Amino acid sequence: MTTKSLLLLAAALASSATLQAKEIEVSQKTKAFMLQKSPVQALHVNVGDAVSFRNDDPFFHNVYSESAAKAFDLGSYPQGQAKKVVFDKEGIVDIECAIHPDMKLRVEVAK
Amino acid sequence: MALSTRIVPLVAALALATCAAAAPSRDAGESYVRPAAPPVPADNAMTPARIELGRTLFFDPRLSGSAWISCATCHNPALGWSDGLPTAIGNGMKTLSRHTPSILNAAWYKRQMWDGRFASLEEQALGPIGSADEMNLGLDEMVRRLKDIPGYAPLFERAYPGEGIAARTVARAIASFERTVVSGESPFDRWQQGDARAVGDDAKRGFEIFRGKADCVACHQGANFTDDGFHNVGVRQRDGVDDPGRFAKVPVKAMKGAHKTPSLRDVAMTAPYMHNGAYRSLREVVEMYSRGGDVHDNLDPNIRKLDLTAAEIDDVVAFLQSLSGAPVQVAIPQLPN
Repeated sequence: MTTKSLLLLAAALASSATLQAKEIEVSQKTKAFMLQKSPVQALHVNVGDAVSFRNDDPFFHNVYSESAAKAFDLGSYPQGQAKKVVFDKEGIVDIECAIHPDMKLRVEVAK
Repeated sequence: MALSTRIVPLVAALALATCAAAAPSRDAGESYVRPAAPPVPADNAMTPARIELGRTLFFDPRLSGSAWISCATCHNPALGWSDGLPTAIGNGMKTLSRHTPSILNAAWYKRQMWDGRFASLEEQALGPIGSADEMNLGLDEMVRRLKDIPGYAPLFERAYPGEGIAARTVARAIASFERTVVSGESPFDRWQQGDARAVGDDAKRGFEIFRGKADCVACHQGANFTDDGFHNVGVRQRDGVDDPGRFAKVPVKAMKGAHKTPSLRDVAMTAPYMHNGAYRSLREVVEMYSRGGDVHDNLDPNIRKLDLTAAEIDDVVAFLQSLSGAPVQVAIPQLPN
């Protein structure tokens, strides 16, 4: 295989990954993570997918993870605001609200 | 006829105006109904024998290295199951950095301790016994001591047949007893059940301020008046102690200086207040919140200047006082020999 065809293959893979990457909307309501208005404990996503966390409670929430596959802290934000995380590595990401530690969500990121 | 058709819209308009004037509640319809019984873990059902053993252990100072400090030394039933001090005094009369949390209604907390480091009462019960600063008794030594007191064996056998005297049975028995330390029906509860005369107009106005203008329900939600969450509410320091709070457990910026939201039931019995006992009275606490906190470093974003009037502060205090039920009656056990 030539260098040129390798590059073309890489470009094709990259563009298909971009096309397939999806964004999932998760709501934080009544101190729970919700997917389409139902409480959710686990999500399955692919590398490159994003999850948007919207606060639908009348008080602040936080979203963070200390997992190796995606460590992040979105900080604290009020009702109506949303913040997004892109999952760029395969693995298990355990997410919590630091303020309300009973709010838990496990994201399983597959290749 | 013509008159009445004109009056109806006027009345409706007045009603609307009244609603608009009242601050909207931000508690999203939380229930304030006092639950009939606390949650109990499946592997530690509450039985009279377990409660009796737990109560005996709770009052027994031999569970401390000095044989002088019992759980009840700091969690004193006569002082709202706390100690009336700004911060606890531990082993060797050492002054500790945090206020003794009342164990009233701890049965409902989803995490125990100011920093939430224990997930259950069973986990929590052994923490202070083994802590060098608090009761200072190694758990192996604790078990040896209890085995040397003949009167304990039958109490353990009745409570946990065949399991013997062990750290695990001590913890479960103390947790069972603690689940009986729950606040009684308060004037607030009687008002919520329909007795309009159970509380004064000041407490009724205070509840509306609590749910509305002051937005206390951002954290003090539901029947136990807590979100089981962690917040830095801007409490002033005592003796220069800069307490990291929950941050020691969860290293996320929002948790720097954050402590657990305590229940407000029976709160009038547990002065002084906050994780370091920095405020002597409920009025001082409400005034602090009205100022928007005393320390603004990493302040929880739910906290903001409220500018409550003196009358509004009185009303909120009256509401908080209406959350006191009749004290739990506890029989002081005769300790076994």
